[in-house]
Amino acid sequence: MRQPHRMVAAIGLALVSCPSGAEAHLVTTGLGPLYDGLLHAALTPEDLVPVLALALLAGLRGVTHGRRALFVLPVAWLLGGLIGLAVHGGVSPRWTALSFVLLGGLVAADARLSLGATTLLAALLGLGHGYLNGSALAQPGLGAVELLGIVAAVFTLVALGASFVVPLRAVWARVVVRVAGSWIAAIGLLLVGWAIRSGA
Amino acid sequence: MRRAPALVLLAVLVLVAPAHAHVEQGQAAGFFNGLEHPLSGLDHVLAMIAVGLWGAQLGAPALWLLPVTFPMVMALGGMAGLLGVPLPGVEIGIAASAILLGLAVMSALRAPLGAAVALVGLFGIFHGHAHGTELPAGQSALLYSMGFVMATGCLHGVGIAVGLIHRWTWGQGLLRAAGAVVALAGVFFMWRAIA
Repeated sequence: MRQPHRMVAAIGLALVSCPSGAEAHLVTTGLGPLYDGLLHAALTPEDLVPVLALALLAGLRGVTHGRRALFVLPVAWLLGGLIGLAVHGGVSPRWTALSFVLLGGLVAADARLSLGATTLLAALLGLGHGYLNGSALAQPGLGAVELLGIVAAVFTLVALGASFVVPLRAVWARVVVRVAGSWIAAIGLLLVGWAIRSGA
Repeated sequence: MRRAPALVLLAVLVLVAPAHAHVEQGQAAGFFNGLEHPLSGLDHVLAMIAVGLWGAQLGAPALWLLPVTFPMVMALGGMAGLLGVPLPGVEIGIAASAILLGLAVMSALRAPLGAAVALVGLFGIFHGHAHGTELPAGQSALLYSMGFVMATGCLHGVGIAVGLIHRWTWGQGLLRAAGAVVALAGVFFMWRAIA
């Protein structure tokens, strides 16, 4: 009896291992638009990296800056997203590239920004990327619920990023954060080149 | 009889069709191609590691200032390459970077911070320009750039990590020997660039 069982198991395993073309959708989670939005922010480097850059920048400046970014960025993102949903504007990759260069450069330089400057940066980043998200969401007919998911993810990412950096006191640890900023700025510079070359 | 299931399994596994589970094509390829690009040329690899080694020899603040400076200046060069801005003698500049950085490590050169940053930045332009002109079309620009910059930064990290042996006497000798190897390789690259 053992041999037939092994044969059946082997054939079953072979069939399971023989995949057909899966028609999966990258955008949807199957759990609804709120979770789609949550995953979008976490899995889209165009949004994820600048958010983390701002979190690092605010974290380097301390608790007050971190808290300010934590609340200003999501609110501005939501506002920008609602405007994008209403306006259906175009999406230019140059904005993304510029946010990489600006925020990454400031992190790399460990720029001693005032609280007002951090607030302004958070507001601009939120309005700009939120607008891009809103415009993109408007195109496939997705709604404000997905935008809420994105905003929730942005809030979480800033909270995690800033709270990770704020307690860092060792020089080498802060240097690692600055090196990360230089990488982000470098990626942004290359993106500017790509965007200009492709005429986007 | 015992071999039959294994043979069936092997045959099916060999004959499997690829699963097209992702709608967006080429995204992962963009990241991994970018990650691989700086590692594909020994001239780039040696120069990047030499930057880290020299930074470790010089100590703080050069230890972190060089790896912070290089990616950004290199990206500026890459942007120029992407835009088609001509830069004469790119291969010669890359070979010269290996020679001079190798010599700096070999002699444990205590250059002023500004001079060290300027030298590394200058070479970064050449390396970046070469990468920029070689970037393949049809990739995800962002993911490719991320992989590319991360690989370059990791090469610096390797150089710095290895360079930490500088604190021991035997390590200092070993670092100087490594610098000599980089400089010799640079001479070979220069010969190849000119010939």
